[in-house]
Amino acid sequence: MANIIDRRLNPKDKTIKNRQKFLERSRDQIKKVVKDAISSGNIGDIEDGKIRVKVKGMSEPTFGIDPKSGNKKYVMPGNDQFVVGDKEKKQQEGGGQGTAGGLGTGEDEFEFLLNQDEFLDFIFEDLELPNMVKKQMKDVTKVKPKRAGFTNSGNPSQLDVVRSLKNSLGRRIGLGRPKNEELEELEEELEKAEKVGDEKLVEELKVKIEELKRRQISIPWLDPFDVRYRNFVPTPQPMTKAVMFCIMDVSGSMGEAEKDMAKRFFFFLHMFLKRKYEKVEIVFIRHHEFASEVDEEEFFHSRESGGTVVSSALKLTKKIIDDRYNVDDWNLYIAQASDGDNFTHDKNDTVTAMHTLLPIVQYFAYMEILNGYHSQITNTELWDIYDSLAEQYDHLHMRNVTEVVDIWKIFKELFKGTQHV
Amino acid sequence: MSKLLFDSDDWTFERLRIAEDAIAEIAYDELHLDVYPNQIEIISSDQMLEAYASNGLPMMYNHWSFGKHFLMEEQSYRRGQSGLAYEIVINSSPCISYLMEENSMTMQTLVIAHAAYGHNHFFKNNYLFKQWTDAEGIIDYLAFAKKYINQCEEHHGAAEVEATLDAAHAIMDYGVDRYKRPTRLSKKREQEQQEQREEYVQQQANELWRTLPTKKKKVVKEEEAVFPKEPQENIMYFIEKHSPVLESWQREILRIVRKISQYFYPQRQTKLMNEGWATFTHYYIMNRLWEKGMISEGNYLEFIHSHSNVLTQPTFSSKYYNGFNPYSFGSEMFDDIRRICTEPTKEDEEYFPHLVGQDWLETCLDAVRNYRDESFVAQFLSPTLIRKKRLFEITNNQRDDYVTVTSIQDHRGYDALRLTLSKQYSISKYQPNIQVLSASMSSSRELKLTFSPYNGTELNQNKTKIIEYIKYLWGYPVSIINTGSLP
Repeated sequence: MANIIDRRLNPKDKTIKNRQKFLERSRDQIKKVVKDAISSGNIGDIEDGKIRVKVKGMSEPTFGIDPKSGNKKYVMPGNDQFVVGDKEKKQQEGGGQGTAGGLGTGEDEFEFLLNQDEFLDFIFEDLELPNMVKKQMKDVTKVKPKRAGFTNSGNPSQLDVVRSLKNSLGRRIGLGRPKNEELEELEEELEKAEKVGDEKLVEELKVKIEELKRRQISIPWLDPFDVRYRNFVPTPQPMTKAVMFCIMDVSGSMGEAEKDMAKRFFFFLHMFLKRKYEKVEIVFIRHHEFASEVDEEEFFHSRESGGTVVSSALKLTKKIIDDRYNVDDWNLYIAQASDGDNFTHDKNDTVTAMHTLLPIVQYFAYMEILNGYHSQITNTELWDIYDSLAEQYDHLHMRNVTEVVDIWKIFKELFKGTQHV
Repeated sequence: MSKLLFDSDDWTFERLRIAEDAIAEIAYDELHLDVYPNQIEIISSDQMLEAYASNGLPMMYNHWSFGKHFLMEEQSYRRGQSGLAYEIVINSSPCISYLMEENSMTMQTLVIAHAAYGHNHFFKNNYLFKQWTDAEGIIDYLAFAKKYINQCEEHHGAAEVEATLDAAHAIMDYGVDRYKRPTRLSKKREQEQQEQREEYVQQQANELWRTLPTKKKKVVKEEEAVFPKEPQENIMYFIEKHSPVLESWQREILRIVRKISQYFYPQRQTKLMNEGWATFTHYYIMNRLWEKGMISEGNYLEFIHSHSNVLTQPTFSSKYYNGFNPYSFGSEMFDDIRRICTEPTKEDEEYFPHLVGQDWLETCLDAVRNYRDESFVAQFLSPTLIRKKRLFEITNNQRDDYVTVTSIQDHRGYDALRLTLSKQYSISKYQPNIQVLSASMSSSRELKLTFSPYNGTELNQNKTKIIEYIKYLWGYPVSIINTGSLP
């Protein structure tokens, strides 16, 4: 009689640990592949999360016989043509023997798919969010009471009855407070004695009862000493929400290639924030002479022409923050991509706008995309402005990008968490 | 009332139970099978993939290579390159058979007959399994191994454990005493552990004694005795006991890998027989169920369809040819034994006088008990089957750029074909003969291994890597000497 068991509900993923060990073993190789994929690959593909990885050093060698060596005889099925003595040209190796060969010979490469989570872990492994910890600890804006043991004094509403009574009980037992039952028993006996008329016993009992009553009073049933209150301490709550502002210059000087680079940068930042915070919102702001909030599609794909007024975008950002994102509840991140052009007369407005933004945001990353127009010897308008601000604000980080492959490097540098420059 | 066991393609636990009862009746009463208690477990395809990754064992210690195997299986499955097995069966008591939930009721019936009765009987009765494995202890032992290796990781670091396991896996095939009978695997495991603890305590004590001033020993500078006295085939065991550098936990890990290797040792040598017998069993049982009117015509046809798929044997010239299909060749061997016993030809009387007229079932059961693939083929491959399979023999000499057909399916070829095919199933055919020759324990501490090639074969390039692994375990130089081709 067989025992039939349904195992389908047993936990699967018995192999997870083995898989992790496997990834760990090829860590460096995978990292390189991931990096290459990011710098050369298509962002859309990466977003899919699946990435093909080829790693070496994954063979499990065992002693084997070189299939080309030796004088061998073997039997095969299905002879429909040969007679003894027939000769055949040797086929490429393995031409017959089914069992031997194959195992661990030569080929040491192993290819597999990395899933999205693993992929992102590799991407963000060395990175950390700048200033995140600082903000959480420093600006204790959100506080939540948290249970922290018990105290002797407190609000009556926080009285812990069970604990108080436990103390009371312990004390009563310890000090030997007479129980009501004992008293009742004696009183019953007293009644009986009175009925019988045993004067001596009545007297004795009366004394005993008096004594018990006295002790009951002197040892209270509940002493203030017993009372316990639940204790709460205010605990700072880390903010789990973040909003990311993507600001991009869409004036005539920004071509598709530049936008593509910007897009990659924003993509990384978004992925990164998503792994750190429970909730991440994105606001897309594009600007030329005027700034407007747009959806993602429009942000990346429509093209405008005209001049460049950076302050317009910064002001809009500030306005959106004021309207929708309470500084106490949200971690604010701004990423700006631009070719560095700005109208000269906008300089003062830009500086003023930055002074309103920088104190409230967590991080401001500025990526300047250098194209052919700019020589790298002279700085752009915007670079100069930000450069002077960067001395004042640690969390304003800026970088130059010239090629797509730089993006990853830049991103990594910006988010190293360690000091830049 | 209908005698049908089931009237739907979908399986339910109730139907499985009914089918299993009917199968058991035939298995016991007609085939006289003797099996471990059966435990049939239904699993999903994901779980089946996971089971693959750990050699089908229900439990295994953690190692990256199992993760790799899982990825490989998963990939080829997802790409549709390979289907999943209908079942996996474990040589344990109770004998665990995993059945996939995707199987139809007909398939579940087939699989129960195949695994829970065919394989199970083989595990319990074949002499190799009886001698080398301990069905009752294996699950416990695996649990112990997993826990122990986990602990080692905690105490000594995952990297160290991994390095030890990597090296141990590389020489896993050389962890078996082929000619000595091993002791029962878990027989008094407690006792063994006890011994080990004592050994460990003793080591500590030795360490203390070492610091005491010793009496001047008579210094007799002897010629270094050859150690070991005789070549050792069990390289792992030798290293485990004599390595100058291994920590005691590393020795225990070697022991674990060695024990698991030993557990699988009979399987590799009985693949043909084991699958053949299981196939023979399920074919017999399914046909009996059909004859008794217990499965419908439609379900019977479904069975025949899947049965003949499993039994496909591409011929040598086909691009799908990948050696002999053990399911078909194995079951054909048993079919043929039955035929020789019951309907012998003149030729059979000449070749198998001792079989003719014997009870076919007893003969088959005897073969299951007392043979492995190599001896099975040598003993029972008949001219009839040789012709039916149109076997031929190829001679392939290293120095020639051609191969020669040296025997075909005619009366001059029968003996040669049987001999060559039998050797093809010999373990020495795919596993080079490597042994420990000597270890110089008092001077250089070099470990010398010998490779005794067979017909001029050579080791493949893995040799260098494995020497590195052995060096890691031995701690001192390691070399392999080619003893020169034996005839």
